[in-house]
Amino acid sequence: MNNLDSLNIDAVRSAVQERQTTAFAFAEAHYARIQDRDGEIGAFLTLCRDRALAQADRIDRMAAEGQPLPPLAGVPVAIKDVMSTSGVRTTAGSKMLDKYIPPYDCTAVERLERAGAVVLGKTNCDEFAMGSSNENSAFYPVRNPHDLTRVPGGSSGGSAAAVAADMAVAALGSDTGGSIRQPASFCGVVGLMPTYGRVSRYGLIAFASSLDHIGPLTKTVKDAATLLQVIAGRDPMDSTSAAVPVPDYLAELDRPIRGVRIGVAQEYFGEGLNDEVRQSVESAIDTLKNLGCEIIPISLPHTPYAIPTYYLIATAEASSNLARYDGVRYSLRARGVKTLSEMYRRSRDEGFGAEVKRRIILGTYALSAGYYDAYYLKAQKVRTLLTRNFDEAFRKVDAIATPTSPTAAFRLGERSDDPLAMYLADVYTVTADLAGIPGISIPCGETKDKLPIGLQILGKHFDESTVLRVAHAYEQA
Amino acid sequence: MKVTEKDVSYVAELANLDLTDRERAGMLRDLNSILEYVDRLDELDTSDVPPMAQVSDRYGVDQSKRGSERFLYAMREDIPDGLRKSLPHEEALANAPDPDEQFFRVPKVIER
Repeated sequence: MNNLDSLNIDAVRSAVQERQTTAFAFAEAHYARIQDRDGEIGAFLTLCRDRALAQADRIDRMAAEGQPLPPLAGVPVAIKDVMSTSGVRTTAGSKMLDKYIPPYDCTAVERLERAGAVVLGKTNCDEFAMGSSNENSAFYPVRNPHDLTRVPGGSSGGSAAAVAADMAVAALGSDTGGSIRQPASFCGVVGLMPTYGRVSRYGLIAFASSLDHIGPLTKTVKDAATLLQVIAGRDPMDSTSAAVPVPDYLAELDRPIRGVRIGVAQEYFGEGLNDEVRQSVESAIDTLKNLGCEIIPISLPHTPYAIPTYYLIATAEASSNLARYDGVRYSLRARGVKTLSEMYRRSRDEGFGAEVKRRIILGTYALSAGYYDAYYLKAQKVRTLLTRNFDEAFRKVDAIATPTSPTAAFRLGERSDDPLAMYLADVYTVTADLAGIPGISIPCGETKDKLPIGLQILGKHFDESTVLRVAHAYEQA
Repeated sequence: MKVTEKDVSYVAELANLDLTDRERAGMLRDLNSILEYVDRLDELDTSDVPPMAQVSDRYGVDQSKRGSERFLYAMREDIPDGLRKSLPHEEALANAPDPDEQFFRVPKVIER
């Protein structure tokens, strides 16, 4: 099995079902690919071979007995290392959790495995999912499979690179400010952030709880729909997971998109947008028009305020969420400490990297007495305005088309000295996280340096169906 | 400069971080540059705008109700044993850097 290129979920499942090959062989072929390529890419932090092969065996026995196979039977997947896996080391890309072995599974991972997926291992990411380039991993950076001198994006860079380099058929990532869509764009794969509450966050290591989303990274839009179908839906273990019914995403996928109203907001095509990216995205919008979509100019006037809003809210929530890493229960503890307070401070000093400390300090500042109203509360109010912008736009349109990121993949080290320049890589993605609406990034061409460019489609709350349908039609065109 | 060295020390203390002198200097520079950028939010009049803390307000909260009744969407039946079994003692302590048979051990808190 040498050809793993563009191997998708249906191909794996039907080959296993019809016993042309086995889930075991698919798993082994992917491990061989990882062995071959991941030395130079660095997408994986931990492999869980025993768990994968045991699951593959289970699927192969079902196939041998002629049982009907579940939707992800035998599909080799990779899981971002911010999702808890029982008995398998889960680091969140941090020295703080270097040796942490969770005693339970993240709901999304549990649902994937129940649907027959074979979890190959855990993927590299920015520390606690804080970053846009994967250079904030405490272990090693991930390199972009399209050009090893460039970043894969972040923070789900390992998941995006694993799929792009055919080291997994699909992966799970998490998105707080763009961390699924931006790396999908940089690596030339599909990345879907579902509506907030669509997928349970139980077992996801928290960064910013009101903004964290789990979603799929895949080679095709159809595969993203298949994965979403499996992981979506109410989970009593997460009180913010929505009791909104889950539609049949695959049944909707092939419906024609003639007459679908696509909004184009000038605020997403202004200063800072690279020319090659602009041309590709504009030509993608022309394609949607040729497919029968109605292209409607809209305005999302508060967009320029999204990055400052995001960096206040996300850091404030992070400063609170990361208080739990205190050297007591499950994290690194500094040696030779004499007092409790010294233990807290020195353990946190040793365990956290520079960007995580920067965000904890900023978030603590924004929440501290005297600054709460000026920063945190102000940001929450602007969050309302940003959400109202979308509400208003979605009265006129069914979906919105934008670039995913203002540039294609940049070089390692290019932005690592300037946090603000790094934050701007998320300028087109953070608004959807703040408003809680779904968004997808799909490949829409490449630069003259052969670097992938991403088209982003945003939709209404809980209307992943339209987002997927438009993306699928574009992909097939 | 909005933020002073004293502010950085104060906030670091609140966050239980020590930070080296070099880290403090870097933090001072970065915080000031980020906050200067963040100040553009002051251009917006938000006096009549309610704050948004959660997206789930959009799909769950029943604004016609009062108090905790508004959050009925998140309620479930009380299950005495919990939705899932509690972790066995051993497993709960397995990741602790310094456990004994029973407890998480920490440096002495009370001075005598």
